[in-house]
Amino acid sequence: MSEDIVSKIQSQINENDIIIYMKGTPEMPQCGFSAQTVGLFKSYGVPFTSVDVLEDPEIRQSIKEFSNWPTIPQVYIKGQFVGGCDICNEMHASGELEKMAKSAVAG
Amino acid sequence: MEPEDIKRMIEDAFPQDTVEVEGDGQHFQALVVSSQFEGKGLLERHKMVYAALGENMAERIHALSLKTLTPEQWEG
Repeated sequence: MSEDIVSKIQSQINENDIIIYMKGTPEMPQCGFSAQTVGLFKSYGVPFTSVDVLEDPEIRQSIKEFSNWPTIPQVYIKGQFVGGCDICNEMHASGELEKMAKSAVAG
Repeated sequence: MEPEDIKRMIEDAFPQDTVEVEGDGQHFQALVVSSQFEGKGLLERHKMVYAALGENMAERIHALSLKTLTPEQWEG
């Protein structure tokens, strides 16, 4: 993993309260898990940034090494890796994800 | 990739624990009940299971949904 890809990812997750690395875009998700994950954040009505890893193969591979997490989508809140679709669903069920998202954008 | 393959790999890292796996060849659901999860958050628990699967997770398992519980949570 090259130095500049690490710093690129690092600045992306630091400069955005909520950022989702996904396949496709929120309007046109290309994978069910990405769609489900984005759907949760849309339901909270919070602003978030997304990165389409299909457009950038280097990010698609590096993000997995960066977080030591093998799949996409990946959600970062306030620079911290939260999880993928599975964990987001579980945290959504407990209400924890909505709380985290809303407090992150409240700033 | 069969559920039994995944079950065996997880059991290697979680001996004497409860491990159940179902799946259709691409998408799998696994339940892991272990005292190793005590005091650990969701992300850490899932990473422990993914570590047991190693490289397989990246290439041959498209999706794995996990339930990671401590014995108390499982019986509770």
